[in-house]
Amino acid sequence: MSMTRPLIEISHLSKSYRRGDQVIPVLSDITFDIAAGEFLALIGPSGSGKSTLLNCIAGIDAVDEGSIHIGGTDITTLSEGELAVWRSRHVGFIFQFYNLIPVLTALENVELPLLLTSLSARRRQEHALAALAAVGLPDRTDHKPAQLSGGQQQRVAIARAIVADPDIIVADEPTGDLDRRSAADILALLGRLNRELGKTIVMVTHDHRAAEAAHLVRELDKGELRVAP
Amino acid sequence: MLLLRLIVKNAFRHRLRALLTIAGVAIALTAFGLMRTVLDAWHAGVSASSANRLVTRNAVSITQPLPIAYKSRIRQVAGVNAVAAGNWFGGVYIDEKNFFANFAVEAEDFFRLYPELIVSPAEQKAFAMDRKGAIIGRKLADRFRWRVGDAVTLRGTIFPGQWPLTIRAVYKGARPDTDETVLYLHWAYIDEVMKKTSPGRAGQTGFFMIGIDDATRAAEISRNIDAQFRNSQAETLTETEKAFQMGFVSMSEAILMAITVVSYVVIVIILAVAANTMAMSARERLGEFAVLKTLGFAGPALGGMLLAESLLLSLSGAALAMVLLPAIADAFAKNLAQYFPIFFVSPRTMVLLPAFGAAVGVLAAVAPAVRVGSVRIAEAFRRIG
Repeated sequence: MSMTRPLIEISHLSKSYRRGDQVIPVLSDITFDIAAGEFLALIGPSGSGKSTLLNCIAGIDAVDEGSIHIGGTDITTLSEGELAVWRSRHVGFIFQFYNLIPVLTALENVELPLLLTSLSARRRQEHALAALAAVGLPDRTDHKPAQLSGGQQQRVAIARAIVADPDIIVADEPTGDLDRRSAADILALLGRLNRELGKTIVMVTHDHRAAEAAHLVRELDKGELRVAP
Repeated sequence: MLLLRLIVKNAFRHRLRALLTIAGVAIALTAFGLMRTVLDAWHAGVSASSANRLVTRNAVSITQPLPIAYKSRIRQVAGVNAVAAGNWFGGVYIDEKNFFANFAVEAEDFFRLYPELIVSPAEQKAFAMDRKGAIIGRKLADRFRWRVGDAVTLRGTIFPGQWPLTIRAVYKGARPDTDETVLYLHWAYIDEVMKKTSPGRAGQTGFFMIGIDDATRAAEISRNIDAQFRNSQAETLTETEKAFQMGFVSMSEAILMAITVVSYVVIVIILAVAANTMAMSARERLGEFAVLKTLGFAGPALGGMLLAESLLLSLSGAALAMVLLPAIADAFAKNLAQYFPIFFVSPRTMVLLPAFGAAVGVLAAVAPAVRVGSVRIAEAFRRIG
């Protein structure tokens, strides 16, 4: 049994939103770890707090209490600027609605995160082409998002998520906007990234079939974490 | 390059809106430049003035004459090196609509005082030898297609009667702000006629143009000249040529102030339009900015991108204005030559166009850039669903 420290350590995490004078608790005293190379699915009904938890893990939302150690760094103590740098190096994002930049081609979209690195333009293009090839779209480099199907756009988004070689991939409902066949393809692709490239994946989904692609499933209900049945 | 491409593509994402914004900035800056050029034209006489020239006129009013006998006394004042009598002649060529300035001057001294009026020695000599001769500016010659040797008759308004003249010379200006639309005739010619027709008006002049050795002594020399004629029947007022010209300009001060204010109001209006464009652009793309921030782009970098888009649009408008303004000013100059003999876009105005274009670009982007730079990612994603 390995004694290595988990990649993600979440400890007593709480978060609430304010709506006027009203305080709405979203996450209550969440504590759990995610090992490196894990493929975790967070499931739960709408409003259960699963996307908020994902955002906190990815460093794009602040917590009220608790800590999130990732690779030894407590990201809850980082400033916004430090978080931006940390995200660019350690996290790849996949969104439900792909969120590609519509005026850029597939290749340019994938190249975007590499602008924050010291790579030359030529090397950036090489990396972006390799990422597009890895997701099975080597022949769609010059297509704009509007010229691609939903499944293809999500593949481009996945290529963008992996191009900077992050440790963690966070995916918020990655199959939520796709037909069944495209969804299956995307889940297979995520599985392959996890198996072959060793990426730690945290995926939020309300679809139990999608969750089956993960090794581990956690369920959130009213801001509290449960082990899924 | 990718970042630059992204900025350009985003700036022109809504092509019609971008083109209308550019056109708006271009039109506003052209209007601004045109108004500045009108102001410059108004001040052309002032800017063309020499620090080494003084003007002496009747202390009561420019409309009151001075005795020509003052000339020799002025010439004797220490520091004075030349004196020429001059009169606003006010002659009309056929019809009032053909207006152009015309002065009766003492030619020999006058051209010594105004070296910026370039005339060939032969033509200057021909003018000097013909009492009914006239010397005209290049633009005036072009306007009426007059050539040396042509006979021109002016109808006198201040000095009644018909005044037949022969064009003896055409001068050109040494500088861009030299007025090339003036006709000069001999003061001696009108004095000779006045002696015959209105003896009471003979031996008088409207003003004296005076050359001085040292511009720093202008005030002292002016005082000394005026002291010569204190308590006389026609006391004098001597001032620098610049102050003399400013006296005419200040008569229109309210109009000039209004034009100045309107020229800046135009800039403020286009600033509001450009700011609205950038605010709309930022609001529509808030989700995209949130995505870029998620990928690791820092807030200031995103604000900078929006600023660059704004600058791209506003400077494109300024570039267009820099092409349009000289062409429009040229058309103005041709059609309004009788009102604005010196009408050209100054280098300063040409520099102000991109400067104001850049200012509009920066100021229009400030609020949206701050908003984009400080947007919280999770909040932006929640807002866009």
